[in-house]
Amino acid sequence: MREFAYQRATGVREALMADARYLAGGTNLVDLMKTGVETPDRLVDGRGLDLGGIRTAGDGGLVLGATATNSVVAADARVRRDYPAVSQALLAGASGQLRNMATVGGNLLQRTRCAYFADPSEPCNRREPGTGCPALHGVHHNHAILDWTEHCVATHPSDFAVPLTAFDAVVRYETLAGPGEIPLPEFYPPVGGRPDRETVLPPGALITEVVLPVAPVTRRSRYRKVRERASYAFATVSVAAALDVEDGVVRDVRVALGGVASRPWRARRAEAALLGGPATPERFRTAAAAELAAAEPLRDNAYKVTLARNLIVAVLTELEGQR
Amino acid sequence: MTDETRTEISLLVNGETSVLIVDNRRTLLDALREQLGLTGTKKGCDQGQCGACTILVDGRRVVSCLTLAVTADGVGVTTVEGLAEDGELSPLQEAFVRLDGLQCGFCTPGQLCSAAGMLAEHAAGWPSAVTRGGTPDLDEAEIRERMSGNLCRCSAYPSIVRAIQETAVSR
Amino acid sequence: MIVGTPRPRLEGRLKVTGAAPYAADVPVPGLAHGWMVTATVSRGRIRELDAAAALALPGVLAVLDHTNSRRLNPDAANYFGPDGSLPLLQDDVVPHAGRPVALVVAETPEQARAGAAALRIGYETEPHDLGFALDHPAARPASTLFGPEADTGDLAAELAASAVVVDEVYRTPEETHSAIEPHAATAWWADGHLHAVDTDQGPYGISRVMATLFEIDRDRVHIRAEHVGGGFGGKTICGAQLILAAMAAEHVGRPVRVALTRRQVFLATGSRPPTEQRVRIGADASGRLRAIHHHAAFALSPLAEYIEWCTEQARTLYAAPAIRTQLTAVPLDMLPPCTMRGPGATPGSFAFESAVDEVAERLGIDPLDLRLRNQPSVSPVSGRPFSTRRLVTCLTEGARRFGWGQRDPRPGVRREGDLLVGTGVACAAFIAGTFPSSASITAEADGTFTVRSGATDIGTGARTALTAVAADALGVTTEAIRLRIGDSDLGMAADAGGSRGTTSHVFAITETAKALREKLPGADLPVTATVDTTPLINWQPDQERNTYSAIFAEVTADPATGEVRVRRLLGMFAVGRVINPLLARGQLTGAMIGGLSMALHEEGVHDPVSGRLVTADLAGYHIAAHADVPAIEADFVADYEPQDTSGVNGLGEIGSCGTAAAIANAVWHATGTRQRTLPISLSRVLSP
Repeated sequence: MREFAYQRATGVREALMADARYLAGGTNLVDLMKTGVETPDRLVDGRGLDLGGIRTAGDGGLVLGATATNSVVAADARVRRDYPAVSQALLAGASGQLRNMATVGGNLLQRTRCAYFADPSEPCNRREPGTGCPALHGVHHNHAILDWTEHCVATHPSDFAVPLTAFDAVVRYETLAGPGEIPLPEFYPPVGGRPDRETVLPPGALITEVVLPVAPVTRRSRYRKVRERASYAFATVSVAAALDVEDGVVRDVRVALGGVASRPWRARRAEAALLGGPATPERFRTAAAAELAAAEPLRDNAYKVTLARNLIVAVLTELEGQR
Repeated sequence: MTDETRTEISLLVNGETSVLIVDNRRTLLDALREQLGLTGTKKGCDQGQCGACTILVDGRRVVSCLTLAVTADGVGVTTVEGLAEDGELSPLQEAFVRLDGLQCGFCTPGQLCSAAGMLAEHAAGWPSAVTRGGTPDLDEAEIRERMSGNLCRCSAYPSIVRAIQETAVSR
Repeated sequence: MIVGTPRPRLEGRLKVTGAAPYAADVPVPGLAHGWMVTATVSRGRIRELDAAAALALPGVLAVLDHTNSRRLNPDAANYFGPDGSLPLLQDDVVPHAGRPVALVVAETPEQARAGAAALRIGYETEPHDLGFALDHPAARPASTLFGPEADTGDLAAELAASAVVVDEVYRTPEETHSAIEPHAATAWWADGHLHAVDTDQGPYGISRVMATLFEIDRDRVHIRAEHVGGGFGGKTICGAQLILAAMAAEHVGRPVRVALTRRQVFLATGSRPPTEQRVRIGADASGRLRAIHHHAAFALSPLAEYIEWCTEQARTLYAAPAIRTQLTAVPLDMLPPCTMRGPGATPGSFAFESAVDEVAERLGIDPLDLRLRNQPSVSPVSGRPFSTRRLVTCLTEGARRFGWGQRDPRPGVRREGDLLVGTGVACAAFIAGTFPSSASITAEADGTFTVRSGATDIGTGARTALTAVAADALGVTTEAIRLRIGDSDLGMAADAGGSRGTTSHVFAITETAKALREKLPGADLPVTATVDTTPLINWQPDQERNTYSAIFAEVTADPATGEVRVRRLLGMFAVGRVINPLLARGQLTGAMIGGLSMALHEEGVHDPVSGRLVTADLAGYHIAAHADVPAIEADFVADYEPQDTSGVNGLGEIGSCGTAAAIANAVWHATGTRQRTLPISLSRVLSP
């Protein structure tokens, strides 16, 4: 780890002025600093900022402060009642200890867990543009099946971001030029030729809040994560879904996938195939197949296509059965 | 920039205040072990993947390997050395010994601190990934899920769960 | 009698209060920290190694590499013979990725790590070969150090006469011990003596290797390993942490600690090699086995001999007129493997007991029944009688407790909600015995006894067991025993490995107690007796000596996701007389969980192009966590080992042996599909 300066920010403006890497829970950044993937000269600690709260928005939505920990958000009664998939996604991630450290803002900015990315002695376009992607023809059993390019086949590791993408949550941030906001489905750009550009946040921006909008559909939502061990592992494939059915007809539906692309994958094709139609297992299967029709598995991860399809059907079936 | 790369911090560890100067790179784990001589907290992976370094910071369990010491200025820390009071083992420690919830003992400090933090989380009504509905009973499935951040390669898992469950029931 | 009663481990209090000192915990004045640097190519040479930038960093004291390191004796050996991986930093050759190529020494660990990151190392890459396969062109017969291959009866004729023949190939991947304590050593020199606190499974044996490497008398090497954070075989070899710490301490003239990172443990400390195993079993229609052929291959490094003895089960579990075993070694450009929990027997029993299950499937015979029908009365290969063999009791008593009798034999038919449910069984044998060890006991003037043994307690409960044995042998309570272990100065002793540590040390202590009791009457106290058991060990016993297990598993499989979970696991064990049932049960359940972890999770994966290990951390290499571990039961059948004066056998490894096969057989019963490659990951269950 390189030597670095450290300061605690007491106000957002002070943090923005510091021209430094922001530190929150540290569960990802500190690890990457140890291995030399991240080499900041200066850290500004945002945990002293008044950004840890959870409050009800004017329109009835919920505002999660950027430094609220995963544990606190997951346990919040409003989150559990109105956005169960958000609570479930947080609880499916990492461990009790890490959830007590990790924060809303940091979670969205965590880096991929691709082993080649994590090892500075390996080439990696995401870490060092132009050096290549060894995962493309290497070990990619748990890499992307959708929307990858030859520049990068890594997946986004966040569980939390999956239901946020499904629910059209909004990231609010501050910069020295003023505040801004970005809906989650647009927060992570397609990987394209620049995998190092991981979000569309302006340079130096500090995430302050994440807004969960009001939508009746989110109350009946579910996050299911499949992984290679029962707990404490990153997703192989995960699904966040919400379903609102009236008189047997799908009035609103949200589906997003984790573990399949460089960003949380909003399954808009599946949603379109379901909306306004009957909520039947046949339709769920058709919708899942429609979404995965675009999948391009790598040499060793075709199983993820089957898994994603099956998981969409299983979660929608479960939600339909809950009525 | 050598002057900017070190910081004086104050830590309240197991009820005793220590003032120390830390290299900003130093983790709380290494500060405890190398500067305060509290080697009970173990380094199993140094990257948040095993839980051996779990301690309580202001009552909440965290991994000390991913906590920079400089960020812990002014916090209260409980390590495994602080779990017993006046030489008397806590009920959790006593149950670990009696039910053999350990073998090599290297993950044990982390298991103990994690269990202590987990019991407080449960008491506060926090759910887990296997919780369905409201406030869960602390059955075996709940304990296993909540303790999954603490790997034990000797795999004393069944006795660890038994020791925690017994302690929880007697509370 | 203290032996036979459940008692908590003696050092339990130290371990739950954080007071038990492990290798990286011992405070030493003037300590410097070494950071190991490992090769990033799978084969080649170091072209350049530029330490200037590292040496210019604050706190960096030295950089050791092949150009400036002291010479080490190339004749150093491990258990299997000469070991070319031991002399570190001697030349520019890179025989495998992860080979230590430098050590940066600094005042603090952070400074040493920064120095390591600043080293500029260029390699000349040479083509490497990590393409393991049973029919690899470089394949050769494995060492026969453990005895000749089995070849009884007319295999071809018996196969031809069989009503069914199973002929399948089974595969297990590279696996890593993953003890939670990473390897660490603190070393210093004083007056020509080397002192070290090390993480290892046998400080006496390690002291011998270090003496050879550094070309000094063994009694000038003092290695302590008082508490060891798990071993599982991964700490049997003289480790890079110790060799480098000793070299560096000499180089900088200060004590040096080298603590490996988790990643370095994966890359540089040995693993269980991958295996590929062809098993052919022929049986007649009544379920009588006629022919057994087990041909197993494993990978190794050309640097050191090694044996993954996968064929042990085939030669002892069942009677058959023809039995042949073949063991093949495939030299590859890999980190030299080392023994891991139930070496050979664990991957071997997965293959063999899966194949036995397939015989039962094809014959339509209950797999438990098939196993019971083919029990030998004497060793089927050597013809020797068994010293004790309670395997049938393990199987029948296990079946009763597990509720095997109610089992529907058809595969793939039990559903609970979305899940498929199945049960499976496997049994195993593990060779038992005693290695030479010494002990000394002093009768003190105050009526207490000081017992010295070079044993180590790596979590096995050895400290507690040996204290109990000593107390019984001397006819006193455990309070009167002061046991000292974990130090090479305490005398020659077997290491904690091969399921023989405790057996060997128990034998030495009981013999020493006997000698002391003969000396005691009328003697002036203190008086000491010392016994070396080397001449007392019978290397050619006329009976075959094993421990046995029967493992029963119940699993669920989700056909939509491929997720397999073990729901129930029961192990019945015949392990001789049990010294401490509480600790023994913990060790056996722990080993069973190790087998579960192997069955479902563990797999070391190398990059197909660079050859480097990609799964070099605990997020990439999964071991079972709390949530993976079900209700689990381990129990003993009454047993006594007549070859041992105390009736005991080792039990460190028998628990892991049959578990993977029992789980794989249960997965077949749940899903109707055989899983012949480990781990049974969800992608394997999901794929057609």
